Amino acid sequence: MSERVRRLQESARRIRRYALDMGEVQGQGYIGQALGVADVLAVAYGDQLRFRPDDPEWDGRDRFLLSIGHYAIALYAALAEAGVLDVAELRTYGCDDSRLPMSGMASYTPGMEISGGSLGHGLGVATGMALGLRYRGSDARVFTLLSDGELDEGSTWEAALACAHHGLGNVTAIVDVNALQADGPTAGVLRTEPLLDKWKSFGWRAVRVDGNDIGQLVTAFDLLAEHRAAPSVLICDTKIGHGVPFLETRPKAHFMPVEPHEWQLAREALEVPA
Amino acid sequence: MTTPTKRLTTSAMIASFADEGQRTAKAPFGQALVRLAQERTDVVGLSADLAKYTDMHVFREAFPERFFQMGMAEQVMLGAAAGMAEVGLVPFASTYSVFATRRAYDFLCLDIAEPALNVNVVGALPGLTTGYGPSHQATEDLAILRAMPNLTIVDPCDSLDIEQAVPALAAAPGPTYMRLLRGNVPTVLDEYDYTFELGKAALLRPGRDVLMISTGLMTMRALQAARQLERDHVDVAVLHAPTIKPFDTGTVLRETAGERLVVTLENHSVVGGLAESVASCLAFAGRGRRIVPIALPDEFLAAGALPTLHDRYGLSVDAITARVRAEL
Repeated sequence: MSERVRRLQESARRIRRYALDMGEVQGQGYIGQALGVADVLAVAYGDQLRFRPDDPEWDGRDRFLLSIGHYAIALYAALAEAGVLDVAELRTYGCDDSRLPMSGMASYTPGMEISGGSLGHGLGVATGMALGLRYRGSDARVFTLLSDGELDEGSTWEAALACAHHGLGNVTAIVDVNALQADGPTAGVLRTEPLLDKWKSFGWRAVRVDGNDIGQLVTAFDLLAEHRAAPSVLICDTKIGHGVPFLETRPKAHFMPVEPHEWQLAREALEVPA
Repeated sequence: MTTPTKRLTTSAMIASFADEGQRTAKAPFGQALVRLAQERTDVVGLSADLAKYTDMHVFREAFPERFFQMGMAEQVMLGAAAGMAEVGLVPFASTYSVFATRRAYDFLCLDIAEPALNVNVVGALPGLTTGYGPSHQATEDLAILRAMPNLTIVDPCDSLDIEQAVPALAAAPGPTYMRLLRGNVPTVLDEYDYTFELGKAALLRPGRDVLMISTGLMTMRALQAARQLERDHVDVAVLHAPTIKPFDTGTVLRETAGERLVVTLENHSVVGGLAESVASCLAFAGRGRRIVPIALPDEFLAAGALPTLHDRYGLSVDAITARVRAEL
């Protein structure tokens, strides 16, 4: 295992830990999704994105758009790990007057580029940012994190067409495929597979990896970064609750129930190296 | 420039509401956007496969590298416009009003209005400016948009209003929606001591008997009706309110203080537009009084030729004068 991968694994573990801390504050949150996507965020923020932690508005930064606003708990954890937020502030998660509301909103939180909540928006805004950055002569890149459920939204595909049509090689979409959405398994709610074929047929460079394998993620991000002729999509198969064995095996639910005494047990489970 | 126009008898999508022999200016929005872009390198244009029909083609031809064709996809057009504003550009995004408001509302609301971005949405075929039927007649766009926080809403009267509004909309820091009059657009307001001022209503002519409060192209009709009523010794004032939001309540309260008959005129449904803006302005100030709303009915409208439909639905000058005479 390379030092790079080992370092990012440690980072992902801290992101999970921060997410569990926030989940405990409210006794709820999209903790299953946060645990699942932690590795993707660790690689994005710890290895791929160009940004300045002390200057989140820096004009030359790569943009990371959280299209799935309900994953805010995961992004706050990643922003704390990245040094954009203070770890101590995570204790305010979801509280009145906090900068960390339960759904991600740009006006509340440093480092939160857009307001989510209504799905199917992120890729469209990314399209405009990428067009605008290219027009302005900036080499900054635009990343946006989508979910597989969000692929139900037609607006996502409007944007997918536009990115390909305009040759936006500065766009990287990341799709968190946890195969679950509000009403049940994605395969039963509205079938979106085969994802690789769909994105490729839309004119995208598409790669699919195990989104809980840091080594695979690093390799895939590196590969896509070299390719700037067309937009890229990294499809990440992730496991809800990943990193906490007793949550990984819990019956799958959009809102994963966690008992008050289980938050500490979950944190302890994280400390056991995978 | 004078363009002779024939009275239309078809339900074509693209039609002119200019009167025969009326002075018009060609594509005033496109021309104004080009002039603005010559001064401001941050101005960009987008369209959703309707550049040609929203006068955006003039900008596209002048600044091809600053025009972005988003295809027949209004959601991504507005989302992308937000993204462009996020990176420091000042986008003007054009389509038909029905698509900007009905189809892409969530994107205008959450991507543009909530972060208060300087995105300027331009909607053609507002109200009854096409005889093509309800699919293209944006009779309720003001009602849809008035409750959207942060959004400035402008309904210009003529080519002069549009030319002056365009730089003002770009200069305003937040999001705007302008109802577009396209093609050969009448030029009317240059005959008055008038300058477009965002957020302000302007008294175009004084009058003792009737106060007409009008917006959009209905100000042109109000001025024509006022001249006709003059012959019957009815003295009509016309207050033009091109900014629907924020509404100039101060001027409206001041002008409605007397006993004059108050008539509102709008190219929009009687629900949720100018009439109700004036009514709520008066009632909220404790000055409730009767107003006569000249507006489109709360119905899906028929297809047909514009002159026929304007007569039928009460927006023509003859219909306005008849209504006012009946009220006096």
